[in-house]
Amino acid sequence: MNESELFTLVVELEDKPGQLLRVLEPIAKNGGNIVGIVHQRGKRTPLNRVPVEISFTADSKRAEKIFRELESFVVVRSFGKIKSSTISLLLIGHVVHTDLSDTIKRIDNEDAECVELNMKMPELDQPSTAILTISAKSDEALEKAVERVRDICKEKGILVVEPVDVI
Amino acid sequence: MIKIAIIGFGTVGQGVAELLARKREEIEKRIGKFKVVAIADLTGSISGDFKLEDAIESRKQGKLPEQRSAMEVAEQEDYDVMIEVTTTRLDESGIVYMKTALNKGASVITSNKSIAIALPELLKMAEKKNAKLLYEATVGGAMPVIKLLNSYLALCEIQRINGILNGTCNYILTRMEEEGLPYSQVLKEAQEMGIAESNPTADVEGIDAGIKLVILANTIGIPAKFEDVEREGITKITPHAFKVAMQKGFTIRLIAEASRRKLRVSPRLVKINSPLAIKGTLNALLINTDTAGEIFVAGRGAGKFETASAILSDLYELFRSSGSR
Repeated sequence: MNESELFTLVVELEDKPGQLLRVLEPIAKNGGNIVGIVHQRGKRTPLNRVPVEISFTADSKRAEKIFRELESFVVVRSFGKIKSSTISLLLIGHVVHTDLSDTIKRIDNEDAECVELNMKMPELDQPSTAILTISAKSDEALEKAVERVRDICKEKGILVVEPVDVI
Repeated sequence: MIKIAIIGFGTVGQGVAELLARKREEIEKRIGKFKVVAIADLTGSISGDFKLEDAIESRKQGKLPEQRSAMEVAEQEDYDVMIEVTTTRLDESGIVYMKTALNKGASVITSNKSIAIALPELLKMAEKKNAKLLYEATVGGAMPVIKLLNSYLALCEIQRINGILNGTCNYILTRMEEEGLPYSQVLKEAQEMGIAESNPTADVEGIDAGIKLVILANTIGIPAKFEDVEREGITKITPHAFKVAMQKGFTIRLIAEASRRKLRVSPRLVKINSPLAIKGTLNALLINTDTAGEIFVAGRGAGKFETASAILSDLYELFRSSGSR
């Protein structure tokens, strides 16, 4: 089963008639369902192009095809899934000394990623505290990411304090 | 006439006897005439025609007047209900009294958390003998949870329960949150105030909450044992943790959680405006159901009369149809 997901892309369009339609066509043709279009007129580029943000739902495969087609004739600034679920986890322990970047690298994957980290490091050799926010494209992906955090932190001797009632 | 035997005559047992004496008129209006036919504990026993006040007085002076042991009383006396309020030891010591009563076809009301190791067995035994086992006082003190789950929510699917079941931990975490004090300092304060015991392990390591969680889980049809509970205490929580959590609008509480998927007792992030962000020594339980949505109860989780009041509520439950209204 291919589940429909929410995507967002930003394309740069020349400010003349018919440009938007050219971009929307491949989305519609490939079964994408357009849910929003925002002209960013205030952000006109030096080449006098207007960035336009388009949101649509489609399954991953079709979205990829839409992206390839658009890329062939227009500047695509960004393209990605909208990450819809987030969670904050509190980590207590030697968060830094146990290779923080390794921790984050192992949590991140294509469906979920760490988007924010706030830390307090009281004294040398004392446990520090971090609150880590993870975003994921779905609740399932988020739950898997939390499971990865649990495993990694168990291995590194870090206490994970999870929120009540989120997952 | 309802005949009551009280086994265990420490703080809770004396609290029950005091309430039975003080509220006799109200109680009898609800459930009919009653008589405490015997009281027994490790110091001795008392039976026959005696005043509850005298029993309490003689226990306060040192021991109960008669030589018969609690086991002999449990076996020999004629009673309709045993109020078993001996100390929780997580072994068979209290359970043998309950089994003796149930085998005779008498019902049992208990505050003994040891039932966590034998609840399904005891309930089966009670059913077979057409008797009842009621244990409201084992979880959450005065807070009505067992009968809430068993009766009022009997036709709901209980999807998840999240509880604050240990007042000592909640007190320590609240003080750390409010004063920014380290765990060890607040623990010492709690010990001096008599909120924490000199050996605080059972509380601060989540053992007590875990035992209560097992009782709740079995009550909602999850056949759980203590070993099934994933457990993490509060000893690693730092004052900084509260400050960092607050940046996202959270505080930290020791939460006992039961669902079909998981049983765990662990420190958790709780939104500061959540009902579970309850303060001080209070206990709380948040129940998620399929049809009734969320239900929340809170109250005093421990104390002589709080626990005794839970026992009286079981007594009422057992005999309420026999009263005059």
